[in-house]
Amino acid sequence: MEQALNVTMTVNGAQVTRSIPARQHLVDFLRDELGLTGSHIGCEHGVCGACTLRVNGEIVRGCLMLAVQADGCRVDTIEGLSDSKELEKLQKAFHEKNALQCGFCTPGMLMAAQDLVRSKKKATREEIRAHISGNYCRCTGYQAIVDAIEEAING
Amino acid sequence: MGKAELPLHAPGTQVDKGYIGQSVPRPNAQRLLQGRGAFTDDLRFPRLAHVAFFRSPYAHARIKKLDFSRAVKQPGVIAVFDGPTVAEYCTPWVAVLAHLKGIKSPPQYAIAVERACWQGEACAAVVAESRTQAEDAAQLIEAEWEELPVVVDMEESLAGKRVIHPDLGDNICFKREHDTGGVDEVFASADVVVEETFHFGRHTGVCPEGRAIVADYNAAEHSLTVYHATQAPHMMQDIFSRHLSIPEANVRVIAKDIGGSYGIKVHVYADEMATAAISVILRRPVKFVADRLESFLSDIHAREHRARVRLACSKAGEILAFDLDDLTAIGPYSVYPRTSGIEGNQVVNLTGGPYRHQKYKARMHVVFTNKNVTCQYRAVGHPIAVALTEGIVDLAAQKLGMDPAEFRKINLVPDDAYPYTFPSGIKFEKLSHHKALDLLLRTMNYSQLRAEQSRLRNQKVYRGIGLAAMIEVTNPSPAFYGVGGARISAQDGATLRFEPTGMVTVMCSVTEQGQGTEGIFAQIAASAVGVSMDKVRVITGDTGVTPYGGGTWASRGAGIGGEAVLLAGRALRSNMLDVAAEILKLEKAELDIKDNSVINKLTSEPKLPLQELGRVAYFRPDTLPLDFQSELTVTRHYTPRQYGFTFTNGIQASLVEVDPDTGFVKLLKHWCVEDSGTVINPMLVDEQIRGGVVQGIGAALYEECLYGPDGQLLNGNMADYLVPMSGEMPDIVCAHIETPTLQSQLGAKGVGEAGTAGAPAAVMNAINDALAPLNARVTRMPFTPERILQALKKV
Amino acid sequence: MKAPSFAYAKPRSLAEAFDLAARPGAKILAGGQSLIPALNLRLSSPELLVDITGLAGLSGIEILKDSVRAGALCTHTQIDKSEEIGKHLPLVAEAVAHIAHPAIRNRGTLGGSLALADPAAELPACALALDAVLVIATKKGERRVAAADFFKGLFETDLKPGEILAGAEFPKADKSVFLELTRRQGDYAIVGLAGIARGNERRFAFFGIGSKPILLKPKSLEEGKASLPTPAADLYHSPSTKLHLARVLLERAWNRL
Repeated sequence: MEQALNVTMTVNGAQVTRSIPARQHLVDFLRDELGLTGSHIGCEHGVCGACTLRVNGEIVRGCLMLAVQADGCRVDTIEGLSDSKELEKLQKAFHEKNALQCGFCTPGMLMAAQDLVRSKKKATREEIRAHISGNYCRCTGYQAIVDAIEEAING
Repeated sequence: MGKAELPLHAPGTQVDKGYIGQSVPRPNAQRLLQGRGAFTDDLRFPRLAHVAFFRSPYAHARIKKLDFSRAVKQPGVIAVFDGPTVAEYCTPWVAVLAHLKGIKSPPQYAIAVERACWQGEACAAVVAESRTQAEDAAQLIEAEWEELPVVVDMEESLAGKRVIHPDLGDNICFKREHDTGGVDEVFASADVVVEETFHFGRHTGVCPEGRAIVADYNAAEHSLTVYHATQAPHMMQDIFSRHLSIPEANVRVIAKDIGGSYGIKVHVYADEMATAAISVILRRPVKFVADRLESFLSDIHAREHRARVRLACSKAGEILAFDLDDLTAIGPYSVYPRTSGIEGNQVVNLTGGPYRHQKYKARMHVVFTNKNVTCQYRAVGHPIAVALTEGIVDLAAQKLGMDPAEFRKINLVPDDAYPYTFPSGIKFEKLSHHKALDLLLRTMNYSQLRAEQSRLRNQKVYRGIGLAAMIEVTNPSPAFYGVGGARISAQDGATLRFEPTGMVTVMCSVTEQGQGTEGIFAQIAASAVGVSMDKVRVITGDTGVTPYGGGTWASRGAGIGGEAVLLAGRALRSNMLDVAAEILKLEKAELDIKDNSVINKLTSEPKLPLQELGRVAYFRPDTLPLDFQSELTVTRHYTPRQYGFTFTNGIQASLVEVDPDTGFVKLLKHWCVEDSGTVINPMLVDEQIRGGVVQGIGAALYEECLYGPDGQLLNGNMADYLVPMSGEMPDIVCAHIETPTLQSQLGAKGVGEAGTAGAPAAVMNAINDALAPLNARVTRMPFTPERILQALKKV
Repeated sequence: MKAPSFAYAKPRSLAEAFDLAARPGAKILAGGQSLIPALNLRLSSPELLVDITGLAGLSGIEILKDSVRAGALCTHTQIDKSEEIGKHLPLVAEAVAHIAHPAIRNRGTLGGSLALADPAAELPACALALDAVLVIATKKGERRVAAADFFKGLFETDLKPGEILAGAEFPKADKSVFLELTRRQGDYAIVGLAGIARGNERRFAFFGIGSKPILLKPKSLEEGKASLPTPAADLYHSPSTKLHLARVLLERAWNRL
């Protein structure tokens, strides 16, 4: 028997109210119900990081959070942070250094990277690598991503 | 030889390379950066049904009974299908090709009929309103099985005591022997003979995006549109057409954005064929996306080899002969349509690749097992051939007390020896092994690294330097598949359409999975026509739109697709100048196109903006001469003809530090010098190399599909199967040499697989170089801490 | 893989929580970083998830004279960023940086890690090394269990149905060392140890080598190496390899105390 709960959350600045099955995870909700397909599903067990989003200002794995747990929360996805231009500097660096190829890991990678950029720490390449160590990329081999984040932090 | 001189203008004009050779950021990356790409799972369709597969829990079992009675009653369930039902709509296939003499394989069905032959093989399909409901129902399918003997070990499979497919007589899918003659004599009389057995662990692609397909059958038209994460849309169009009995042009295959493929998504998957058949049965769109657990169980695996190699050389260090015995284990079926015999075949073709020698003997067997199916995965066969070659070469150098770089210098095919035919029969147009080695040693400061290594050894810090020279197959002609009867196109086409406002649309049959295909086509088209890049739009991956072609595989996109774009671009430019000449009432020979304008070729004075050319040609042709017709859409095709495969060469180096107490390997740095002919976009080439290197590092250190004795996959999830993550990867220095191929105007060879081809060998040689003072050597990939500790006799 | 169906409740008081958690097939949900993957993989099919993240009084870090008390709902990130923990409980501060990755640490909780008792997890070993006391809230009142009695076996603790872990009290140490061997940053440990010196005593809690963390209090390094039990194999490492690695870590840790 499918239990659904009424949930209200703010997604990319807009209030959203829906009846959500208890078992639906947050990224499935965002993709399937709200059409925000920028967050991707890569493993559904919290390892690959493709689903990384921001909830109440902190990055989380969207597949490891039930959508009903986002009741009363502020959710930001790649679409919202692109439109608000918060990611502009990082996206420009990624573009110029080809820090993405297929683009599937990219929204999650940008979310994780922006976390570091926002902290305003002067991070070394090792620290950058440590910060994105939970985001799986198969195409780039990571170096261009590290280059791009380094530029966004220092440049 | 320096950068190629490219005749991008009409003959006789000043050479201008335009965007060729520039590191232009990719236009189509913008949407991906904003999460506004369109991957197959992102698309929406009315009445979309979802399929989940009921998969065999056993590696080998007869399906005695499948009871769907509980499953069909579950909420949201539309239908449940078994193998025989789907077989009425989708015919089986046999993955054999005529040029692989003697290759055999049983027919494979879209959903298993009678027997499951690997753990994870789909045995039933549940279709429901949502994936979640389909999974709920799949759990309620009741099955009765009769377990059958399981064959897992490759040596046991070869011995054939238990035969998986009794009708075939044995477990040998394919075998090949090659003998130049005179090999035994050389080994008998050589000063030095070294021998080693290498093992390579089965591993897989782990694409970030799971395999994805939406099949949409229109019963009114008997047509099928398939949105498919595939590298080869035309190949799939042909296959859907033939196996589902739908006329070819009624099938349209569209590849949208693809989240990584690396060869994994160029093959025919039974569950994807089943999905298409189900759409035909249900007459509505049906989607299947492989989740991560399914991916590990059913995406093709690759590279499970046991290779015994011998090398004979003189005491001066000259290689005289190679002798190879290679055994590789595939799944229970050869995979369609390229066959699972190609990887082993390539190992035979490529062993000894960079080196001068005349004598070569090889025996190779491809055997069936009850593990997941295997087929071509990025660099196909090269990682094995390069590792066993470079490994035995290092062993020979060690035995002679010679520096590995010196040994290679003596033996690499000289740069002026071309064209050159290799003992395995393959032909090289022109390679640059020595130039590459020199550039590598200089770039990495080899002698300084050796001095540092020596100093640190005295402090019991064990660093290793590993080299790996390689040759790589790119830009293949029909020699790869077509000659064997496969309907796989080795030619490609590009249509360039001049738009009224002065833009150019490029439609090309080569596809994009992130490597930058569309970016380089825009660069080439803009350069060839004379427009700026922002005026160019590229469309790929749609059989309804592009010319017929092969798609992406075997590093052919730039060399073959790029050439088609270049030829079409030059032809379009010429046709545009025909129109301009009529409009301006000037001689065509006096004109050219540059920066979005028709110009006076001599003075560079702008004469006619392109949007004006477009306006007149499309909307006011009444103002042009009576007998004149503008032709502003041009298509050109290209097939490489002189060489069956256009070989490239490269050389890599790895610098590691091994902790002899824990067996852990730290990757300090990596280098790759690559000669892939004309480089269209250096940044994209470097990034392809880097990504490929890290995939190769994965094979060397981390990745293995572990199977238990009963054929159960033990580590089929992202926590237990280890892929390279950012924390452990080195920075990778890339350098280029450009020896263009003369088979095309562009001169571009392929490069997408080079990184993966050489990295495992370089890392292995580096580890063994680090362990050398401790009298330890490792030969079984992946080199886990345990395997290193075992070599050190610490466990 | 989509999770199977379950009911969900978010109690607003401990009283409400006890009753819900006592129901058959009920599982407690806090950060969800271990539970939700198990659900998505269909490894677990609870009837009811009891979300305790709304309960008051289960967060917070309190520095006492000789110990540090941390609430069960403290996230790993909160612990990581806590200056107090960094100053008074450096072992835990070091350990928490090894847990997975930032996005996981933002949701995963101290209580979740201790209650799950994964044998390869960092925090149970820290609790054992420090001789921590686990504070358990029950319908009948609070009860306190020493770490050595709390961790009983593979994913098995002393928690009874209907009980909720409220927090842990970690006695301070004079010196500490935390070492972990992983193939990749953030992985579960192949072998790890949490070591402290307190007065004359050296305590080493090993994780990744048994069904629960294993405590050694050796008088000498040799005694320690000899008294390590032979671990079970894991997917990639034989018992002999794991034992060897445990001994290597002990040797490296010994001189740091």
